Amino acid sequence: MDNEPKFFETNPQAKSVGQPMDRIDGRAKVTGAAKYAAEYPLPGLVYAALKTSEIAKGKIVSIDSAAAMREPGVVAVLTHENIPKLAQTPNTKDGKKAIGAPMGFMPLTGTEIFYAAQPVAVVVADTFERATHAASLVKVTYQQEAPVATFHDPKAVKVDPAKVQDGKTDGHTRRGDAQAAFAAAPIKLTATYNHATNNHNPMEPGSTTAQWEAADRLTVYESTQGITHTQQSLAVMLGLPREQVRVITKYIGGGFGCKGSCWPHTVLTAQTAKAVGRPVKLVLTRPQMFTSMGHREDQQQTLRLGATRDGKLTALIHEKVSTASMWDDYAEPNSKIVNLLYDCPTFESSYTLGRANVMTPTFMRAPGEAPGSFAIECSMDDLAATIGMDPLQLRLLNYAEQDPSTGQQWSSKGLKQCYARGAELFGWSKRNPKAGATRDGRLLVGMGMATASYPVHNSQGTARARLYADGHAVVQSGATDLGTGTYTVMTQVAADSLGLTPDKIRFELGDTKLPTAPNSGGSVAAGTVSSAIYLAAQDVVQKLIKVAVLDKKSPLFRAKPEDVQMKDGRLQLKADPKKGEEYTALMKRADMSDIEGSASGKYGAGYEEAAHAANADPAHKDEAGQHSMHSFGAHFCEVKVDPELGTVRVSRWVSVHAAGRILNAKTARSQIIGGSIFGIGSALMEATERDPNLARYTNANLAEYHIPVNADIPDMTVEFVDEHDPYINAMGVKGIGEISMVGVAAAVANAVAHATGRRVRDLPITPDKVLAAKAVS
Amino acid sequence: MNHDHTPEADGSAADGSRRTFVKQAGGLLGLALAPPLTGFAERFAAPAKTLAGPTDLTLRVNGTARTLRAEPRVTLLDALRENLDLTGSKKGCDHGQCGACTVLVDGRRVNACLTLAVMAQGKEITTVEGLAQGDHLHPMQEAFIKHDGFQCGYCTPGQIVSAVACVKEGHATSDDQCREWMSGNLCRCGAYPNILAAVREVAQKGGAQG
Repeated sequence: MDNEPKFFETNPQAKSVGQPMDRIDGRAKVTGAAKYAAEYPLPGLVYAALKTSEIAKGKIVSIDSAAAMREPGVVAVLTHENIPKLAQTPNTKDGKKAIGAPMGFMPLTGTEIFYAAQPVAVVVADTFERATHAASLVKVTYQQEAPVATFHDPKAVKVDPAKVQDGKTDGHTRRGDAQAAFAAAPIKLTATYNHATNNHNPMEPGSTTAQWEAADRLTVYESTQGITHTQQSLAVMLGLPREQVRVITKYIGGGFGCKGSCWPHTVLTAQTAKAVGRPVKLVLTRPQMFTSMGHREDQQQTLRLGATRDGKLTALIHEKVSTASMWDDYAEPNSKIVNLLYDCPTFESSYTLGRANVMTPTFMRAPGEAPGSFAIECSMDDLAATIGMDPLQLRLLNYAEQDPSTGQQWSSKGLKQCYARGAELFGWSKRNPKAGATRDGRLLVGMGMATASYPVHNSQGTARARLYADGHAVVQSGATDLGTGTYTVMTQVAADSLGLTPDKIRFELGDTKLPTAPNSGGSVAAGTVSSAIYLAAQDVVQKLIKVAVLDKKSPLFRAKPEDVQMKDGRLQLKADPKKGEEYTALMKRADMSDIEGSASGKYGAGYEEAAHAANADPAHKDEAGQHSMHSFGAHFCEVKVDPELGTVRVSRWVSVHAAGRILNAKTARSQIIGGSIFGIGSALMEATERDPNLARYTNANLAEYHIPVNADIPDMTVEFVDEHDPYINAMGVKGIGEISMVGVAAAVANAVAHATGRRVRDLPITPDKVLAAKAVS
Repeated sequence: MNHDHTPEADGSAADGSRRTFVKQAGGLLGLALAPPLTGFAERFAAPAKTLAGPTDLTLRVNGTARTLRAEPRVTLLDALRENLDLTGSKKGCDHGQCGACTVLVDGRRVNACLTLAVMAQGKEITTVEGLAQGDHLHPMQEAFIKHDGFQCGYCTPGQIVSAVACVKEGHATSDDQCREWMSGNLCRCGAYPNILAAVREVAQKGGAQG
């Protein structure tokens, strides 16, 4: 491990990595050839439709399927009474853990109704239309009870959890005495921030096509961010050995977190296919997308900020209250980013959950970091306004030179460069410090900025590389490509790692028959999978070098393996590059048709720990895992606000990020743009509405749940700061899918506050709120 | 913002209309919908009896006549995807809210999820699969690849078909106009600036053939 190669050492001048290469899968996507999970026309395929609950709380008294069964083409109506039983359900704590389920409840396991639109029956027919119509004929009689819609409801049972987010985050955090520091602070700011329920709404709805190949062997075409995770969950729930479940995801139409878990509809489809003995396809309707795959919970954050008169932070106290389901202690971990973004000697945080009749919320792009940064970054701007300091200057004043939450050194932190470059590109120096004082005609103009940060989580994954004697290679890893560019960037990495051009590489993903890779989520995929591929290629190269030095006909015969390197498809002496040969020549002479290598790539703390464990130098042993690993960035936003209508339009945008090695300049730019737009949606328009009395959804569709359209978005400027980080993984990659959204809502809100002199703390910032907002103190 | 008009606002090319639907659906539907002076609601209440059950349909898709057997309630989108294995057109909402299903019907962009297959008989339907000439991509497809006008690719067929029509309509002559006229196609990955760049490039080259 101590001599595990690093990309920057073996490939100091990368040829393909980093280049703005067009997407490998571009042609398939623009011609309609790319096949998504609902697009496999299997022989004998039948269609499933869900009948969902019309009430949010109560019990099923009876289900009358007779009318549905009388419809032509209907194959089955499955309810809790007749669906094949599961070997394991998530309805117990142990079951949930074994499955890795996001939700501690599986529909169709009993009569109880916990949330609106909970599946109560699966209707199967020979066409989509017949299944859908028959589902509408299933008559359910309920014993209805009064539901709880949100934590705001006084009837909501409040929970003070020891842990949130399935045990990953402490319910309470304390660093120093924040209460005392706040009490003593010359400047005290207290603000409450509200965040509406948001739904991921990827363009492709959740889709499953399930086919039992044999009584104990299942293949699932699934719209998932993690095929391995789905395989594991299905295997446990269905009582199969893991290898008997095959999950295939060649293309996925977006996910943003909601496809990072195995949700009930996937399991129901597999159960249904078993029951009817035919392949079954289930595609969630758009309304069902609001009640089937989790959501970002509605939440309220109260942030108390103490500071000196010259703007130095002395205390941060963060409290979050959010709506949770009846079973799970899930809340986004907002406190983490509040704890580490600025140098502040004291910190305290707590979470409170209000139980309601909703399904379990789940991670949605930048879970915790996105709403958490909204709170801290708005309060930072309020502090700047209070003491009359430029907001960017205030952030530099409180710049954290090490991670305040742990005291660790950063593995790398390019935030100052992001601030400087972003301010330059944006023209921050032209900002009038006075709020409400800049106009473009009758419109108010505002400029705001915010900091972004996202952790390098711990992850690992494997890859396989097979090099053929004709000089092309097949590289495989069971990753998924959410549209992030996995197909493309991994091809670039494999090309450089094997010394080939990208057209000589075929990269395959999205099948559990391939080496295991982590979920595409938490920004881990790019760094983990690229490292695994790079190391698998190194494995190939090392094997070839061993062959070469033993081959009497090779120019490298009897050379020491460590003196040989691979460069541009040649094996050659490091000291004398002319001495060597193309490895295709070597393989042909040795009568090798191909040679295969594999490797595991580590990402994050595990990488650093393994490197240290392998390091023979005992003097540095205790440094293992000593770095705090994060990407950083800054967003700059200009808005134009109509003073009479309260409408907000984003008119300019600049994002600069420092996120380690960027694998493809073109796809990376697209990801940052996309994350920023996702954040603009949450800032200005996105809110899932539940009726406060019925706890049913009133806008569960894309006409009334507003997401940004083309006309909402201006031209955007994106840049990256060059960053070399040797501690995080073999490729030095941090990942950018999540950080692209962090701070976005705050940058918009700060720009609105600057434009109008009024602070809106409730997302989304809709015109009514702008008009009703009070002036910033 | 801008002061363009939809094609039908000029009173010229209004189509996909009820009148055309009646004319082209032929004998079976025509009978069901007669007489012409019947109120709107009654006309739509009437056909159920006559049209229950699957019928044979012929759709002209990408220049080829395709036959299928489907119920009259089958949308053009589902007919393409489920009956003809043309899965390029995507289902994102099934309610005309997202544009992922956009196809051209007689050259005009239409939400295939809001169009019954039976209504599209006798018309020229173009899907994303019909834009390229063999291996030679349509200029709009090339531009989407070059400008990275997509990430996950799921809205992409609808975006591209919509973009081809947008240029032909003359609605891509400025950035703001193009943004507005491409706003019926949602992209959750947020590729909008790149989509704009692709459409504008094709519009400026005057190259929206096909």
